[in-house]
Amino acid sequence: MEFAVGACSGGARVGSLQLADGVQVETPGLLQLTQKGLPATIPPDMLLDLHPDARLCQFTPLHFLESPLSLIVARAGGIHKLSSLTGFGMVAVARDMLAESSNGEESSNSVETGQPIVGPEKYMDVVNACKPDLWVSLPDDVSPWVDEKRNRLSVDRTLKWLDQCLSLQNAEYGNRCLGVVVGASSVEERIRSAEQTATRNVAGFSLGGFGMGEDVAHRDLVMETVIANLPEEKLRHVCGLGLPEEILQAIGRGIDLIDSTYPFTLTKAGYAMTFPLYMESAPSSLEKQPAVEELAENGSDSAKINLRSVAYRLDEDQLVTGCKCYTCQRHTRAYIYNLMITRETLAQTLLEIHNTYHYLEFLKAIRESIKIDKFNEFRNWFTSKRHESRVLSRRAEEL
Amino acid sequence: MLTTPAMALRFEVLARHNRARASRLTLPHFEAQTPLFMPVGTQGTIKGLTNDQLEDLDCQIILGNTYHLALRPGADLLDSMGGLHKFMNWPRALLTDSGGFQMVSLLHLADITEEGVTFQSPVDGKPMLLTPEESIQIQNKIGADIIMALDDVVKTTTTGPRVEEAMHRTLRWIDRCIAAHSRPNEQNLFGIVQGGLDPRLRDICLKGLVARNLPGYAIGGLSGGEAKDAFWRVVAQCTAGLPEDKPRYVMGIGFPLDIVVCSALGADMYDCVYPTRTARFGSALVPEGVLKLKQAAMATDFRPLDSSCSCMVCKRYTRAYLHTLVTKEAMGSQLVSYHNVAYMMQLSRDLHNSILEGRFAEFVQSFLQKQFPEGDVPEWVCSAMEVAEIDISMCCAPQSRIAKMQV
Repeated sequence: MEFAVGACSGGARVGSLQLADGVQVETPGLLQLTQKGLPATIPPDMLLDLHPDARLCQFTPLHFLESPLSLIVARAGGIHKLSSLTGFGMVAVARDMLAESSNGEESSNSVETGQPIVGPEKYMDVVNACKPDLWVSLPDDVSPWVDEKRNRLSVDRTLKWLDQCLSLQNAEYGNRCLGVVVGASSVEERIRSAEQTATRNVAGFSLGGFGMGEDVAHRDLVMETVIANLPEEKLRHVCGLGLPEEILQAIGRGIDLIDSTYPFTLTKAGYAMTFPLYMESAPSSLEKQPAVEELAENGSDSAKINLRSVAYRLDEDQLVTGCKCYTCQRHTRAYIYNLMITRETLAQTLLEIHNTYHYLEFLKAIRESIKIDKFNEFRNWFTSKRHESRVLSRRAEEL
Repeated sequence: MLTTPAMALRFEVLARHNRARASRLTLPHFEAQTPLFMPVGTQGTIKGLTNDQLEDLDCQIILGNTYHLALRPGADLLDSMGGLHKFMNWPRALLTDSGGFQMVSLLHLADITEEGVTFQSPVDGKPMLLTPEESIQIQNKIGADIIMALDDVVKTTTTGPRVEEAMHRTLRWIDRCIAAHSRPNEQNLFGIVQGGLDPRLRDICLKGLVARNLPGYAIGGLSGGEAKDAFWRVVAQCTAGLPEDKPRYVMGIGFPLDIVVCSALGADMYDCVYPTRTARFGSALVPEGVLKLKQAAMATDFRPLDSSCSCMVCKRYTRAYLHTLVTKEAMGSQLVSYHNVAYMMQLSRDLHNSILEGRFAEFVQSFLQKQFPEGDVPEWVCSAMEVAEIDISMCCAPQSRIAKMQV
């Protein structure tokens, strides 16, 4: 595993991440969500061609704790072989993001007792059997408003577990650990966790405890603080964020790897991502954008369209004009609308393909803005467009 | 005798083995090879598989259900969008059924009169009527390469005068279908042979339909719970009575064994929801029969579904991994569906190629030996193969041994 930082802009940076098997990705990069090693609905034979950047997936070892999967992945020789995703970077994270977005469960702690359901030994057994390219150490994740005492315990325990995980890691695979920094909403504890974790021999860091309903402005402050106490040259990952604005905010603080549930949650709800990706959009595509008020009427907005709306029944356009994804190159909104209302699973597959592609394009646009030192401009343009459309939508709803 | 109607297909028999034939069926959108299994797409899609995947799997003709398509997205919408091909962006061939069978089987209070099929609209409960004319008009709008006549179909378990009434009505309705068909140069209207399990009635229907000189024929009214021994006899009678130079389609057949037998008897095309439906229950089609992936034993079975299958699923995944997926993830059924369609298309290729290359008998023997390793080939298969003049004695255990096994 090799990571090198490149151009910077504002607090954001691009980087180059080299993994085993010749997998090379540019950061900031998006991790695609998987369930037991495969995406929710995108079939494996369509993954390689999904998008040139679609080379990173995340999975959770928590799924592989129990037999038979624990035996099956070991027998297969690791997660890449099990899911037949050689040529992909697989990153093990300790949270089940797909389940979280479906039913709000945090799975590293038991819902009933609040106590962790697995300890470092068992966790590392599974991690070593899975042989991921990168793995997040086992955190004692707590909610953002936990009391001081519990928070302190979380920081101590997470560090202790990090040390245990490191001692148990498979030596021949070298350094692939992303040490988790916790501390909830306490700036003090966050600094303590970051400083301590930074002294360990890790490949990078994973910022834990975000995307749990915390205050967004406070999150930004906390993230800034954590990053300030981490070495520049190592990888930074964050889990649990979703919306484009959240991604921008995190990248603005110096995050390199993101996994986001946004493509998946939109897909499940029947939405296609449509937000514009470039400041200088082609005039023709701008003309085609319906007025925000019109979009609001069918449950859509400037970021997404609601494919369950009868407004799309006769619409022969692509989901996004000019989009090069498989879905847009082959199918119309009308077709997808029909698949949605007849409850065909192909609707989900086609939407997941498009939404993943669109989000990967978003990441690419972000990287390009960093390279030409216009990240803040890009971010301001993006968030102001969103704000403007939200105000208009709300007005439209009120009328 | 009516004048020869226009045809939009070419059917060339390339090779034969007794009654079996390997043929080339050239349709407006695609050149297909028979014997051929046609997966059922219901709404214009095959349960979770993309068009690219269907092409990779060598699907050649896909079925759409007129009843479902007329409801959603609707025949007029499809017409305005250039037909179902354009709507779903499927470059190969399509076949639509008449809508009648689905109504009778799906709808409460559906009834058949001389006019057509009366039913309650599933949308608002209003009484509605599907006439032969309307079925054809809807199918003309959908635009499939092959369209089916509206027939009066009865359950094979029905007995008495109703069966004869249905057969005669089917013949009256075919004339109405032919008259209503507005695109004979682009779409092929197939007639459907009815008559229940009565050879006399089947014969009347056969002669009547053949006299109409249609582009192709289907054998209907089967796969509805009748005894297998009755089933094959009807197929045999119909294939014998249908013209050599036209395609023969046995509707609703999807068990691999049934397809092999029907092909031996001279049929060419088949459709069924079985392969994709059974995938959703975690069942995979394999040469030995059916593999039930949800069984606990699968959790430690590290073989592919079918070691002779070259599909993407068999090349990448083990039964054990699939076992963990089918119980919980949508991806599980998607992958098993993919394999099952691959299996059926491989079977189609095997049938076509083995007849073409003069080794059909060997193929049938090998197929039966894998499905019945103990030699307990069902009686009805033996009888059918006798009529097809294919020697399968080496696949069958001596009678006394079978009798002992059955005890």
